[in-house]
Amino acid sequence: MEFLFDNFTALGALTAIALGFGALLGFAAVKFKVEGNPIVEQIDALLPQTQCGQCGHPGCRPYAEGMADGEEINKCVPGGEDTIRALADLLGRDFVPLDEEHGETPESKMVAVIREAECIGCTKCLQACPMDAILGAAKQMHTVIADECTGCDLCVEPCPVDCIDMVPVATTLQTWHWAAPKGIGNRPGELIPVRNIA
Amino acid sequence: MSRHIWDFHGGIHPPENKKQSSETSIRWAGLPERLVVPVQQHIGAPAKPCVNVGDPVLKGQKLAEAAGFVSLPVHAPTSGTVAAIELRPIQHPSGMDALCVEITPDGQDEWIEHQGVGDYETLGKQEILNRIRDAGIAGMGGAGFPSVVKLGVKPDQKIKTLILNAVECEPYITADDRLMRERADEIVQGLQIVAWLIEPEEILIGIEDNKPHAIAAMQKATAGTQCEVVVVPTKYPSGGEKQLIHLLTGKEVRSGGIPADVGVVCHNTGTAYAIKRAIMDGEPLISRITTLTGDCVAEKGNYEVLMGTPVGWLLQQAGVKATDLHRLIMGGPMMGFAVHNMAVPVVKTTNCLLVPNSKEFPDPVPEQPCIRCGSCAQVCPVNLLPQQLYWFAKTKEFDKAAHFNLADCIECGACSYVCPSNIPLVQYYRFAKGEIRTQQQEQAKADHARQRFEARQARLAREEEEKERKRQERAKAAAAKQAEKKAAPAAKAAPASAAGAVDEADALAKLQTAAASTMKRYKEAQKALLTAEKNGSEHLEALQKKVEQLKAKADAAKEAFTTAKNAQGQTADAKPKPAAASKDDPFAALKQASAEDFAAYKEAEKALAAAEASGAEDVAALQQRVTELKARSDASKAAMKEARAREKEQIQAKNAAADPVKAAKLEVAKQQVLLKKASKALQAAKDSDAGADDALESNVKAAEQALEAAEHALKKIEEEQA
Repeated sequence: MEFLFDNFTALGALTAIALGFGALLGFAAVKFKVEGNPIVEQIDALLPQTQCGQCGHPGCRPYAEGMADGEEINKCVPGGEDTIRALADLLGRDFVPLDEEHGETPESKMVAVIREAECIGCTKCLQACPMDAILGAAKQMHTVIADECTGCDLCVEPCPVDCIDMVPVATTLQTWHWAAPKGIGNRPGELIPVRNIA
Repeated sequence: MSRHIWDFHGGIHPPENKKQSSETSIRWAGLPERLVVPVQQHIGAPAKPCVNVGDPVLKGQKLAEAAGFVSLPVHAPTSGTVAAIELRPIQHPSGMDALCVEITPDGQDEWIEHQGVGDYETLGKQEILNRIRDAGIAGMGGAGFPSVVKLGVKPDQKIKTLILNAVECEPYITADDRLMRERADEIVQGLQIVAWLIEPEEILIGIEDNKPHAIAAMQKATAGTQCEVVVVPTKYPSGGEKQLIHLLTGKEVRSGGIPADVGVVCHNTGTAYAIKRAIMDGEPLISRITTLTGDCVAEKGNYEVLMGTPVGWLLQQAGVKATDLHRLIMGGPMMGFAVHNMAVPVVKTTNCLLVPNSKEFPDPVPEQPCIRCGSCAQVCPVNLLPQQLYWFAKTKEFDKAAHFNLADCIECGACSYVCPSNIPLVQYYRFAKGEIRTQQQEQAKADHARQRFEARQARLAREEEEKERKRQERAKAAAAKQAEKKAAPAAKAAPASAAGAVDEADALAKLQTAAASTMKRYKEAQKALLTAEKNGSEHLEALQKKVEQLKAKADAAKEAFTTAKNAQGQTADAKPKPAAASKDDPFAALKQASAEDFAAYKEAEKALAAAEASGAEDVAALQQRVTELKARSDASKAAMKEARAREKEQIQAKNAAADPVKAAKLEVAKQQVLLKKASKALQAAKDSDAGADDALESNVKAAEQALEAAEHALKKIEEEQA
């Protein structure tokens, strides 16, 4: 009899604990509810934010959402290999080379330049620019704010007089940095060893 | 002097090779035919040119103004004229061009008016700091950080130790050594100015023990002052700022910190000398001591060189034959970089030009794989793990490299020096550092772009909302107006009918959507059936059945919709008539009816066209309806015309009764018009050689007769009245 009673006490205690924790969890689920999918934010932070749409999505965030839902991670052309690597790291997936279907990684970053003499002031590129990086008004010459331009290409297509060029961003003294050494089997470049002198 | 000297981790002892250049006194390099002064010779923002091409300039005149806090002006090294302000190759490992001011010297070497002060204490610290900034003094050890930034001590910061870095640990270089031997007094004076500015508790002068002459000279010069000469053992890189601080004080500057964090300020010998010249002689920084050494140089030694002197010209002065030139290194052999263009000028940070021959500096042997010997980790003065950093840089795992404190690497080259595999480790680190910096910049840019994009999206959404709101408002206003208009004439009509009409319209819309959706489902099912047939699926029968069911449903829905529509159309057709009839003016009512009928006909026609275009099945029904409506419209039009004619006649009759003369006149006019019409028709017929001329001619004749009769009648009436 006492054996049975003990069992009931234990059962009672366990039930009480279960209910207690259940209530706590339920409360926490409501109180600390996470709005949106936090992984989307993290993925979005890794994307280059050119909003170019080459991945097939209308911007970087929709692609981030797509990836959070299991889409391939190799569609970001402007991000290139580095972005794919970072995404693979974040999402715990294997690295896959860039999907060539969406375009080839440009050699260097590009910036749009309007040949201003030919601009007719149609404002079509203004509407196409996802960055608001083109300045101008109807029947006035337009110009690209180079610092804000992400090189997404979206303004080139709508221009009726084809006066927008995509040019590579020139390296300046401020942005230059040393290139990677050529690797094993090659002679080191600029660094000077002095050990050969007695 | 028994001061405790600490030791730092690692370090190497490369061959010093200082004797070649340290035994001759400083020589004046001379005045080249042109001087190319880059506007950026320091770390920070490039200076902004403040002279124009063609301007005459005096020695010491400002050529470019500082642009910001971390920036310095540059001065004319001699008198002459500004020949050009343009992009020229400069002292940069990239070999890129930068903005330079070219001066053609006039040979007069005429100073701008300048004056030094002996008792600088009277001027106040801020004034002295301003003068140091205006003199364009940058750290002369190699990096070129604006000295004034280091000297401006924050009020809450207490600097305990001022260190003069006279270590000069890099092989070959002897510029500071010679300067101390020859101008120790001036260096100490400069150091005292610095000490007065930052008020340290102690002033230490760190010199390596391989420069006994310089030590002696400095000890002599500092006798009787609070400056203390501390001799440190020769080891590379004890001249590194953080390494020297650790050697002399035992303090470690934390990762990412600056010496002022631990109460230390460090200045270079050359800088102290330049500060003395700037304050006590009033001369800006326009020349420096540069070591010219290496086996290709005939006259090895130290030269006082004007800033902007082209390297090629300087080497010629020192007896370098162009044919011998194997490599040219700016800076020391450990941390310098190769220069490939002889037009590059000497600048504030050029402490050495090394021109070795191929025997002295043979081409490096190819890089071999890392054998993980760990030698690099043993010599690293910053306690990093060079081989780990190397792997990370090689595989481009930059975040891991950053995590292993790559940013703390001082690029001293000790690891490369000891590497048995001849791996250019420092080059890997420079590459990785550059990549990390680029990535950070890109990240910042991406964040900025995201913000802009989101702001744009928000703006577009807002505009859309605004538009939508306005549209709704307009629609509401229009509806209200319409209702008002309708309410006025149809006030008597039962309000229930309006509600009924609305209900009817709703029901009709519902039926239409129902029909459309069933139709769609039917089409989908059909499509599914087709693909199933193609693929040879097993459920063909079931699908077929389903398709048939859906077709029946769709047909039924469509029928319901058409009947409902027709019914509504009829009621709609019927409706305006009583409303029109109720009006007082029968003609206006007829007119409205005719317009409505016509509109209904046009609509039906349009619907028919659309139906024909889309290939709908109820074309026949629509066609019938169109003809019906057309007939109705024509009928109402005819009725209206008739009514109008009748009305006119009535009016005329009324008028005739009132005034027979007027009536007769009118009659005459009418007949005239008729006659004209008839004759015109005849003429037209004649022109076109058409038949039925006889009939037309008789018409004309009849009209002429009628006109005559009318005129006759008119005359009669007039006579009667007269």
